[in-house]
Amino acid sequence: MRHSRYFVALVLIGLMLGPVFYIVVGGFRTNSQITTDPAGLPDPWVFSNYTNVLTGEVFWRQVGNSTIVALTTTIGVVVLGVMASYVLARYRFKGRGALYALFAAGLMFPATVAITPLYILVKNLGLVNTLPGVILPQIAFGLPTTIIILVPFLRAIPREIEEAAAIDRCSRLGFFWRMVLPLSVPGLITTGILAFVNSWNSYLLPLFILNDQDGFTLPLGVQAFASQYSVDTAKVLAFTSLSMIPALVFFSLFERRIVGGLTGAVKG
Amino acid sequence: MTVTEVRAGGGVRTPPPVRPRRRGIGWKQRLEILALSGPAILMFASFVIFPVVMAAYYGFYRWKGYGPPTDFVGLDNYVTILQDPTFHDALWHNGQVVVLSLVLQGPIAVGLALLLNQKMRGQSLIRVLIFVPYVISEVIVGTAWALLLQTNGAVNDVLRSIGLDGLAQDWLANPSLAIWTLMLILTWKYIGFAVILFLAGMQNIPEELSEAAAVDGATFWQTQWRITLPLLGPTIRIWAFLSIIGALQLFDLVYIIWGQYVASTAGTSTMATYMVVEGRNAANYGYGNAVAVVLFTISMIIALVYQRFVLRRDSEGQA
Repeated sequence: MRHSRYFVALVLIGLMLGPVFYIVVGGFRTNSQITTDPAGLPDPWVFSNYTNVLTGEVFWRQVGNSTIVALTTTIGVVVLGVMASYVLARYRFKGRGALYALFAAGLMFPATVAITPLYILVKNLGLVNTLPGVILPQIAFGLPTTIIILVPFLRAIPREIEEAAAIDRCSRLGFFWRMVLPLSVPGLITTGILAFVNSWNSYLLPLFILNDQDGFTLPLGVQAFASQYSVDTAKVLAFTSLSMIPALVFFSLFERRIVGGLTGAVKG
Repeated sequence: MTVTEVRAGGGVRTPPPVRPRRRGIGWKQRLEILALSGPAILMFASFVIFPVVMAAYYGFYRWKGYGPPTDFVGLDNYVTILQDPTFHDALWHNGQVVVLSLVLQGPIAVGLALLLNQKMRGQSLIRVLIFVPYVISEVIVGTAWALLLQTNGAVNDVLRSIGLDGLAQDWLANPSLAIWTLMLILTWKYIGFAVILFLAGMQNIPEELSEAAAVDGATFWQTQWRITLPLLGPTIRIWAFLSIIGALQLFDLVYIIWGQYVASTAGTSTMATYMVVEGRNAANYGYGNAVAVVLFTISMIIALVYQRFVLRRDSEGQA
């Protein structure tokens, strides 16, 4: 029992990381190496695929675009999300239940369903081929998850604290700034990370909105690169593995938060 | 932002509302509600609700996407969809993915979670590593697997080198195989998510229960079957819900690996790829939007039925 446990775990890790390993190591080979021995190791190790990508401007421009889109989306989702969640969690007014239900139902409206009207809307706003054209819809589509996670979080702040603040002549808005925001930092980080990763990996929306190569985010860039150099497998592998790094670094930094956020979201 | 800065601004501007707020809400509160939730509502209404409503509207028109839609055709688009064998195929593929995800990924993930829930060295590292595919973007996953699975790719090469030449296949283009290839890739990408979810669910199960079972002489597997699994029920049901919805909306991986033309011949097209191919690439906007409405309606009905009959007792129990 004890040893079989470790054996299964090892096999599992092998299966999960094998393809990732193949992409990374494959980038250190030449095309002829890949053609003659598709599953072999580099012999000799070639670094030019990686250095070519890293010294070209295409990759870095796409990293820049993705960073701008992901950061702005994250800030927008978290700021708008926490403000609305505060209202939904701690104010009593007519239609509050309906408003919450509407946002919750937003989980069921994936961008897929609305994508063509969304494209037309963005076009009418003159934002096609611009990063704001991707950012604004992404903020909107990120709000449901954020609100679903944050509302229970903000509701859990004890009413006594709010009453004590009121006695100290602190208004509801003052309470929001001074108490709610500091207390909800863990929830804000979780929702922020989810928004960031989703935005970083987002494909369908940029596919519709961004037609110009200069404005491509990393996922579009990987696809364009893969079809442009479809015969140059080694180069594609190098480009692909480099574009994996940012998400993996981000993930390893915040791994506990991501896992905690996902499970928290499901429980809430 | 620092707390002190905010404190100074927030405290000075607003007078204290110490009086009890019993009789309705005052204009000041209304203003606060509006100021705080207004921006989110505005964004959500403009970029989520409005496009969904417009999809329903465009669905009644024959429209190429230029100028305002004028050619009102009523339910014609929907009649066409229901009679279109390409849509039937796509729907069937979605159905297969829904069922296969549940019956393949569910048991595998529960098994792995049971295993990883035992005391073992390097546990947290293992959890992180199996989560890696979930974090990698669809485009990278698709590009990588398409390379691995092409006829002269690494997977077939490994099979041949270990003497299993007979198993080497055209994994992507063979119509009787491609749906399984898709399931393999989907399972690889999403199994880590399910395992992490189940592990979190298991951590909420009090240890005393399995200890008590052990005292009563239950074996390891009896304990899992009689105690852990039933108590994991709510988590499994939530996972199944997310899995079903995800499978119905499936787009990225299919579109990236099989592209717009090959998916239907390979047997992996989905309602969403059909929608994009028809609506965007064929510039058949009205029709594409009708497909979106059908996709949305199917998801909504399944979600409501599921919540009504499956998830209901869970939320009742919590309340």
